[in-house]
Amino acid sequence: MIELIVYGIVLGSIIALGSVGLTLIWGITDLFNCAHGDQITVGAYIALLFGGLFNRIGFLQGTVGPFSFSWGLLLSFIPSVIISIGLAVAVDRLVYKRMRRAGAHFITAFIASIGVAWALRGFIYIIWGADFHFYSQGLRPVVFLPAGIKLRVDEIFIMIVAWGAVAGVYLFLGRTKTGKALRALADNPNLARVSGINVERMLIWAWGIAGMLAAIAGILYGIETQLRPEMGWIFLLPLFAAVILGGKGSITGALAGGLVMGIAQQVSTLFLVPTYKPAVAFIIMILVLIFRPKGIFGRGKA
Amino acid sequence: MSILRVENVVSGYGSMDVLHGLSLEVEEGKIVTLLGPNGSGKTTVLRTIFGVVTPKKGKVYFKGEDITGTQPEKVARTGMSYVPQEENIFPALTVQENLEMGAFIREDDIKPRIGEVFELFPDLTDRRKSRAGDLSGGMRQMLAIGRALMLNPTVLLLDEPSTGLAPFLVEQIFEKIQTLNKQGVTVFLVEQNAQALRCADRAYILEGGEKKAEGTAQELMNDEEIGKLYLGR
Amino acid sequence: MGLLDFFVSFAIMASIYAIFSMGLNVHWGYTGLLNFGIAGFFAVGAYTSALFTSKMPTGALATYVKQAFGLNMPFLLGVVFAAIFAGIVAVLIGLLTLRLSEGYLAISAIGIAETIRIFFNNERWLANGAQGLIGLKRPLSNLVPPIYYNYIYLLIVVIFLLIIYFALERGIRSPWGRVLRAIREDEVMAAADGKNVFFFKLQSLALGAMIMGIAGALYAHYSATIQPSVFEPLFGTFIIWTMLTVGGTGNNKGAILGAFIVWALWSWTTFLILKVVPPSFQTRAPFIRYVIIGVLLVVFTAARPKGIIGEERQVSRF
Repeated sequence: MIELIVYGIVLGSIIALGSVGLTLIWGITDLFNCAHGDQITVGAYIALLFGGLFNRIGFLQGTVGPFSFSWGLLLSFIPSVIISIGLAVAVDRLVYKRMRRAGAHFITAFIASIGVAWALRGFIYIIWGADFHFYSQGLRPVVFLPAGIKLRVDEIFIMIVAWGAVAGVYLFLGRTKTGKALRALADNPNLARVSGINVERMLIWAWGIAGMLAAIAGILYGIETQLRPEMGWIFLLPLFAAVILGGKGSITGALAGGLVMGIAQQVSTLFLVPTYKPAVAFIIMILVLIFRPKGIFGRGKA
Repeated sequence: MSILRVENVVSGYGSMDVLHGLSLEVEEGKIVTLLGPNGSGKTTVLRTIFGVVTPKKGKVYFKGEDITGTQPEKVARTGMSYVPQEENIFPALTVQENLEMGAFIREDDIKPRIGEVFELFPDLTDRRKSRAGDLSGGMRQMLAIGRALMLNPTVLLLDEPSTGLAPFLVEQIFEKIQTLNKQGVTVFLVEQNAQALRCADRAYILEGGEKKAEGTAQELMNDEEIGKLYLGR
Repeated sequence: MGLLDFFVSFAIMASIYAIFSMGLNVHWGYTGLLNFGIAGFFAVGAYTSALFTSKMPTGALATYVKQAFGLNMPFLLGVVFAAIFAGIVAVLIGLLTLRLSEGYLAISAIGIAETIRIFFNNERWLANGAQGLIGLKRPLSNLVPPIYYNYIYLLIVVIFLLIIYFALERGIRSPWGRVLRAIREDEVMAAADGKNVFFFKLQSLALGAMIMGIAGALYAHYSATIQPSVFEPLFGTFIIWTMLTVGGTGNNKGAILGAFIVWALWSWTTFLILKVVPPSFQTRAPFIRYVIIGVLLVVFTAARPKGIIGEERQVSRF
């Protein structure tokens, strides 16, 4: 049971990365981005691509310390994040900005984001095919924690990176002027505009952060399990649930929601077949929507 | 010298027109109030001036320049500040951060200005680090005005600052408005509460999107007819 | 002969999807209900008809095929019960979720649909789990030799299509239909008019679901098999949304047109892929359809939110 919780925290941390990006965008633009899952997938696969390229270079081939992945993969975090940010901003400018200009209903953007999701996934399938891919085929070393819990060394890396990224985002949002403006925008978009904050410019930052976190989440998930084209889409239901649990626009809520989802899904395997995991996420989400639609941390926005 | 002028504005939401050709002006250095019952279109007037709503007809002039339909982000840079009636603070941010956001477009050192705002509203000083959403109604209103003041505006637009406040707080707010005015800020105040006449120089009365009366505050206060019809006397 | 067969198969699927789209039109086009779990209704319809019309497996077959019951009913009854059960599920879902605001309703619906799919996939005792059921009844199959059977089935499907089309067209012009439209336009005003908005929405949800259930049943008997994998979000839900968006939300002609256009694109790219793409790429090329559908959806929602035909003026603007 404890092992499940620990594993749930690992998974939950990855979910949390995704949900922070999702809630930021949702808080500012009212868009519930169905393509976020596939954005995570793209991040993972770009790293696969560059990882493969970098691994051709001799000294990058070796594994990083006790971890299972290579230096090449570590380096590929950079191009993956950059491309992911570029993709997120590009899609926003091409698709959603137009809709914002026209004053479209959020549902239009929601449906469009589904189209974006399919298109992204289609590209992944075409380029890499439907098979599983792995970052590395090597050993996956393990450590033993007290209470007999087995933890992969990789998972320690995952936690450090995930929470490091989260800490970075927190500092950015809490200490910098742009960060505060983003929070203001998510909190009260109309007042932000009235105060002179330029929404479009801020959105680039928001999409940038969302894209960055998505890429990192994708790579971490790839390290944790494996890569396949559906990986991000499968994430989507727990992501949605986490964001709704946390409340619209609430970063802290999204983090908590992510952890809760991760743990809940893992613990559920005690009495349910693992394929029911998405159903668990969904049930939690429905319960929240019925009993506390603003989410645990949400304020006045449903 | 009118610093703010609205000319024959027809404005509304969707197919519904709320204002039907309204004209009014605000003289520099004065406090002008626009009185009217619920639904008379008072908020629409402010929204149209600040660009939140684009008028279908008519013009808005600020400092002699045509700003009709300019986006709010840009209007904020002209020297006008707007305090909406509702949702006029950032509840998730602290009091300090709210003020910082008010000054977002400023590049210079804002600490002195923050100090000045705290001087005007001393009750806020202790709650500097508190979450704005946790403040009481009166403090919120003060913060809302404080946020707008961070830009050192020449003209301040206020939408029913007395909403939901206890009478002694209402008095306080109106006093602060007068203090601001003495410091040189032109105030255009939209209100339902006839008390506003006491601190205003000039007043308009709005009903059903149309101007029903105008004059100096003194004149309107003394006019019995108007008192009965519009001011609930 | 081959080309004609191809067209007939195409027409059958397109018509089934057209019925499905009209069901969605009742939800979204008429009443403004956003529902991304429609695959669930399709699935319930298909499985209900399958279970009701098939025989319980006996003897050796029983070890491979597990199902909860098999009533061996005739095709038409299967379709009827498909509609009924889909409607019941819709009412249950509606009671649970209709009070939620729009976006949440949509997402809840996905969750529900996925849960239904997972349930059917895992619970083998119900309908043979992932392996699904085979050998479903083909109505009137004894009338013609098997090579010509599809023509008969096409006729059956088209009859259903026309009946549903005309019934809906009458329905939308009725007082009931006008209330639905009013709810779509402005829920608050409709409520102020004294209409029990919740009740009407529930009816609309049920009606649309029943139509989708019929489509599901028709699909099941066409393929003579069903498995849970067919009800995955792409096929079951989003392709229908694309069809309705492309054809024009709010009207039935658009639903039918959209279904035919999108299905044409889908199946003709499959055809092209089979002929044009070298064998080494065969496994991957079908996913071009994902990109096509995705781009189609984006383009049509961004550029023309009303689709090709656009909403016909049904209700006078007072």
